[in-house]
Amino acid sequence: MDKAHARPALGFDILSDSQHDDDAAEEIGLGTLPLDAWHRARGARMVPFAGYEMPIQYSGEQISHGGGIVAEHNWTRDSASLFDVSHMGQLGVSGASPDVDAGAALEALLPGGIRSLKEGRMRYSLLLNDDGGILDDLMVTNAGEQFGLVVNGACKWDDIAHLREHLPDDITLTHYDENALLALQGPKAADVLTALVPEAGALTFMTACSADWDGVPLWISRAGYTGEDGFEIAVPGEFAEKLADALTADARVEPAGLGARDSLRLEAGLPLYGHDMTDSVDPVSADLTFALTKKRRETGGWMGHEAVMKVLDTGPAQRRVGLLLDGRMPAREGAEVYSGDTKIGTVSSGGFSPTLGRPIAMAMIDAAYAGDGAQLTCAVRGKHLPATTAPMPFVPHRYFRGS
Amino acid sequence: MPRYFTEEHEWIDVEGDSATVGITDYAQEQLGDIVFVELPDVGAMLDKGGDAAVVESVKAASDVYSPISGEVTEANGALEDEPALVNSSPEEEGWFFRLTVGDKDELIGLMDDKAYKAFVDSL
Repeated sequence: MDKAHARPALGFDILSDSQHDDDAAEEIGLGTLPLDAWHRARGARMVPFAGYEMPIQYSGEQISHGGGIVAEHNWTRDSASLFDVSHMGQLGVSGASPDVDAGAALEALLPGGIRSLKEGRMRYSLLLNDDGGILDDLMVTNAGEQFGLVVNGACKWDDIAHLREHLPDDITLTHYDENALLALQGPKAADVLTALVPEAGALTFMTACSADWDGVPLWISRAGYTGEDGFEIAVPGEFAEKLADALTADARVEPAGLGARDSLRLEAGLPLYGHDMTDSVDPVSADLTFALTKKRRETGGWMGHEAVMKVLDTGPAQRRVGLLLDGRMPAREGAEVYSGDTKIGTVSSGGFSPTLGRPIAMAMIDAAYAGDGAQLTCAVRGKHLPATTAPMPFVPHRYFRGS
Repeated sequence: MPRYFTEEHEWIDVEGDSATVGITDYAQEQLGDIVFVELPDVGAMLDKGGDAAVVESVKAASDVYSPISGEVTEANGALEDEPALVNSSPEEEGWFFRLTVGDKDELIGLMDDKAYKAFVDSL
């Protein structure tokens, strides 16, 4: 190309995600996940993501809704979709002997209550550096004999290095890299999964259990990244196809790719690591204060405590907010946010909401403007698009908390 | 009326001194659901290979380049209300803009229907 264009030309790798960690992946080559062939057989468009070839969307006659990001998105909101999230890191943390307290060891690195987590319960947490910056966000589960961690695919190698460096030597860290992870998400997910695995029906949001399915050991969590009710199912890689086949044999389930996963999580107000939070953003600024368990704010003893408490006391300079945009033109990551003529922040994720039929975004903006209803603009290609700060989620969560 | 294609997946119909530009069926399929099209203003002077329009899909924004130089005479207002026309009818109702043909020689080097099909098959 002879000139520098701001955006990709048509047909030029349009749907690939420019994850900041892709450079490292290119050096070592892209990995293949257990469902690779399964996706390709279903018309998936595969793109490099977090070091792997991953499906971004599907197409073709095998998909009852026809495929594409919007159809996959809407199907997830109306029925149930199967997402392959096997790129994520599945880790186990346990004491080398029964008298070693793995929960206490994790509490030195995570700002949430881990020892207070009852067996079968899970919690959203953060890995922080000494400056209070977010190294990754993750789910921690008390799985009985150990704690299970699910971390972002793009961060998992750094997370493992960080954990190994800071956890005591009598703590065993296991990487379940042979496992696949399938997410079944949507209002019909529970009916579908319960028909195969009855134990899943007893779970409520943010609880987990092991199950035996036809001789295959599963670890099932009632959680997800879409705002809908749903499950994440860890399964040995060799049985991933069998499970994916069994789930999609149900007419209520269709596969969905990373594209829909991104638009769904944006509507659900769920931040994406590397975009809405980074190692230079603290949990208070990222609007993740809920992940700092109240008691542990006082007792401290976790990496980054001092720095984070300072921000809690004085208030953050900037804060992550939701933006509802007028019109149809989306503001993407990197777009500048203005109040009048003053630049007050930057869009960290943005796109078109299929559910709301309008553009939405998350932005990191000066805290003075972070209250709901602030009238701002986003600068996109020389235009100032009217935007209003809005509470998140943009689309209400529909988690199952018990009947 | 001859139709030409670019390697960036634009099509251009030339009729005398006027031309109509849009994106190909292959391009719309690659983009997926189109939610917004930013069209050039009438009167804008476009350069061959220069930025002419932007298509926004759910996932990303992509540039559309002008296959030739010329002055924009009309933009497809129907896309404002119904950007999905680019998905449903990319090579007819979903046209982007019309422009004057400044220099017919600029058409040399663009692909015809057959060459473009071969080009897409090679991707």
